[in-house]
Amino acid sequence: MEEFFETTITVNGTPVTRRVAARTHLVDFLREELGLTGSHTACEHGVCGACTLRVDGQILRGCLMLAVQANGRKVDTIEGLSDAGEIRDLQAAFHERNALQCGFCTPGVLMTAQELLRDRPEATRDEIREFMSGNLCRCTGYQAIIDSIEAVLIARRRTGRL
Amino acid sequence: MNERVAPERLAPEPRAEERKAPPAQTAATGYIGASVPRANAKRLLEGRGCYVDDLKLPRLAHVVFFRSPHAHARIRKLDLSRARTQPGVLAAFDGRAIAEYCSPWVGVLGHLKGIKSPPQHAVAIERACSQGEAVAAIVAETRAQAEDALQHVEAEWEELPAVTGMEEALAGRTVIHPELGDNICFRRELATEGVEQAFAAADLVVEETFGFGRHTGVTLEGRSILADYNAAEHSLTVYQATQAPHMMQDIFSRHLGIPEANVRVICKDVGGSFGIKVHVYPDEMATAAISVMLRRPVKFAADRLESFLTDIHAREHKAKVRLACTRDGRILAFDLDDLTAIGPYSVYPRTSGIEGNQVVNLTGGPYRHQEYRARLNVVFTNKNVTCQYRAVGHPVAVALTEGIVDVAAAKLGLDPAEFRRRNLIPDDAYPYTFPSGIKFEKLSHHQCLDKLLALMDYAGLRAEQAQLRTRGVYRGIGLAAMIEVTNPSPAFYGVGGARISAQDGATVRLEPSGMVTCLSSVTEQGQGTDGIFAQICATAVGVSVDQVRVITGDTGVTPYGGGTWASRGAGIGGEAVLQAGKALKSNILDLAAAVLGADKATLEVRDNAVCDKATGESKLPLAEVGRIGYFRPDTLPLKFQAELSATRHYTPREYAFTFTNGIQASLVEVDTDTGFVRLLKHWCVEDCGTVINPLLVDEQIRGGIVQGIGAAMLEECLYSAEGQLLNGSLADYLVPMTGDVPDIEVAHVCTPTRQSELGAKGVGEAGTAGAPGAVMNAINDALAPLGARVTDQPFTPERILKALKKV
Ligand code: FES
Ligand code: FES
Repeated sequence: MEEFFETTITVNGTPVTRRVAARTHLVDFLREELGLTGSHTACEHGVCGACTLRVDGQILRGCLMLAVQANGRKVDTIEGLSDAGEIRDLQAAFHERNALQCGFCTPGVLMTAQELLRDRPEATRDEIREFMSGNLCRCTGYQAIIDSIEAVLIARRRTGRL
Repeated sequence: MNERVAPERLAPEPRAEERKAPPAQTAATGYIGASVPRANAKRLLEGRGCYVDDLKLPRLAHVVFFRSPHAHARIRKLDLSRARTQPGVLAAFDGRAIAEYCSPWVGVLGHLKGIKSPPQHAVAIERACSQGEAVAAIVAETRAQAEDALQHVEAEWEELPAVTGMEEALAGRTVIHPELGDNICFRRELATEGVEQAFAAADLVVEETFGFGRHTGVTLEGRSILADYNAAEHSLTVYQATQAPHMMQDIFSRHLGIPEANVRVICKDVGGSFGIKVHVYPDEMATAAISVMLRRPVKFAADRLESFLTDIHAREHKAKVRLACTRDGRILAFDLDDLTAIGPYSVYPRTSGIEGNQVVNLTGGPYRHQEYRARLNVVFTNKNVTCQYRAVGHPVAVALTEGIVDVAAAKLGLDPAEFRRRNLIPDDAYPYTFPSGIKFEKLSHHQCLDKLLALMDYAGLRAEQAQLRTRGVYRGIGLAAMIEVTNPSPAFYGVGGARISAQDGATVRLEPSGMVTCLSSVTEQGQGTDGIFAQICATAVGVSVDQVRVITGDTGVTPYGGGTWASRGAGIGGEAVLQAGKALKSNILDLAAAVLGADKATLEVRDNAVCDKATGESKLPLAEVGRIGYFRPDTLPLKFQAELSATRHYTPREYAFTFTNGIQASLVEVDTDTGFVRLLKHWCVEDCGTVINPLLVDEQIRGGIVQGIGAAMLEECLYSAEGQLLNGSLADYLVPMTGDVPDIEVAHVCTPTRQSELGAKGVGEAGTAGAPGAVMNAINDALAPLGARVTDQPFTPERILKALKKV
């Protein structure tokens, strides 16, 4: 018999409470229950990074965490970061440089990149490649992604946003 | 950091990019050749795209499939009764039930003489011929419930002998489809008259056998479809991640028995395609049939294991190639013997014969020898099906051509670049007919070679390589020249009887506000179709690019056309947009001439307004044209009818294919202790004719190269001898990640095709076509001083250590 738990998660700043099946993964909960379809799944076992979310300020894979485990925690998705304007410069750089094609990997890539920009302000190009190595992109060949992140890193350093 | 608020409470704020100055190129100069960022990328950057699996409809049901665990087995018993009673389950069907609603198909084409394949059903009946073939469908209110119910399907199997090796299949001791007589799907042989003689007279004949690992496209978004049948209208709306919506409309119509015009196929955002999403998949056909059966919307989204098991695979080849040349390094002839295995069925409707056929057409392609012999065997096996994946046949043809060319150069003691220079078809030799029969309009091999050698500093790299070797560092430089099929005419599929359109259409419409809407039959999967069509349309009409909206991927609203495959979108669809835009402009000028009482010939559309051609003085803004044309036609002369939209179509017909050419180079370093290869740098010089958007073209090439690198270094669908896929997950089947690929430099030579006014050739597959050959040659160049060579892709550390005799 399926077990359900009342679960309250602060999603993009707004608390939501739902009865959630114990086995539901966080990314499925966001997509199916809340309609936050910006987070994607492509492997469902922690390899590709398409489902990257931020939980209490740290990125993790939404396909490896159960929704009930997020009870009482803060979850941010690509929609939230976009609306808050937190990654506007990064999105603009991706747009300008065409660092996405089909866009399926892009939300996850941006979530990961924003953590890098926040936590590793001194990262070199090689370190950017290393940090981003858990996000699979089948379309771009990565160079434009690395270029864009590098450009934003330099710009944020210059403007003191880091 | 900003405090986050819920979307609904967020006041709209002007976006940074909206405030920015417009790009340098404007409506006055036109946008062809401008790196305009794609407008449709913005929604994807905010997670506000809409892929099929993001869609929900009222009464949506979810289907999952019970698949064969065996490579070849008869279904002794299939009991769905327990599955049917599971929570949430709405229905469960076997192949027979679905066959009543969906007729089977046969993947053959008339112009591939002798190609054969048995009828294939949406859900297998009686027998499964590869692991993963669907034998039952379970439909439930949620996907989780449907998946739960799968465990309650009771099946008994009688295992049949599985044919998994290519040679074994060719030998035919066990025949997979006895009614076909043997395991040969398709066979082709050709020989020029003087080929024997050329080999007999040659100073040097070299020979090598190359192996290519079966691999697959790994679109990040899996295949997905939502079919919505409306019983009252006997109509079907299908939301599908597909590259060819009109082709699918025809297929749903014919196989489900619904009038063509009652079928509407809509492609929302598509998460990568690469040729994977241009075929007919049994589970997708079953989903549409089930929607009809249940009279409600049904969704299927393949998970990653299903993708690995059932997305088309490609490029399992073993090819022996021989090259004859003179002492002074002139190539006289090629001789090819290619064997490829395609799984148990030729894939519908494009067939699985095309890839091998392309290898035959293209091998030796860049060179000017006159003699050629080729033999091709395409055989059935009990593995997943193979079919057209990005660059179809090219990566095989290029690698074996360029591999054997390097062998010959080494034997003659010639530098590989110099050997190519002596043999590439001269730039002034066009039009040119190649011994395999294909025709080139105009190529630029020598310009590309020169540009590449300068770009990479070939001489400098050779010097550095020699110097490093003295220190025990093994670097290699590999070259790969290539030709590429683009802008196919009906010769590709239409002449063979396939209902696949080689033409595309565009409708361009002036909106009352002066904005322009462009509808095209080409589709968008991230390559930038919508973006370049906005540029072409803006240029043709005379408006700024931000005034154009592009709509693609909906058979209900766009003109009829082929969609996106074989590097055809820009060259064919783009020309249709250009002509439609010009026609609209002419219509706008007719109206303006009537309003202004001016001679049409003195007017022009520039910067969103009708202006005086000579002085550039603005006479009538397009918003005025729209207002008068739509709301105040009463003010126009009595006999004048405004036509503020125009439709045009385009088919290339002069040449069967508009070939492009290019050359790639790879620089690698081999660790001879571990067998690991580090890719240090990659270069590509490519000639795709008119470059509409350099930013997008270069990124297409880079993405393509990285897929080629994947094939060369990492990717292979590994099967056991029993036909079990051994690496059906992204943890086991490796694709390139950021750390696996080098920076890639791209440059262009521009030889526009004269068949169209736009002059654009295709470019989407060039990167994938050439990269494996370049990487292979670079690795072998690094290994050469150690007397080792690799010829079987992917070049895993294990294979390299074996070549070095270290394991
Ligand atoms: S879907 Fe979560 S890592 Fe791939
Ligand atoms: S843009 Fe398609 S997977 Fe990254």
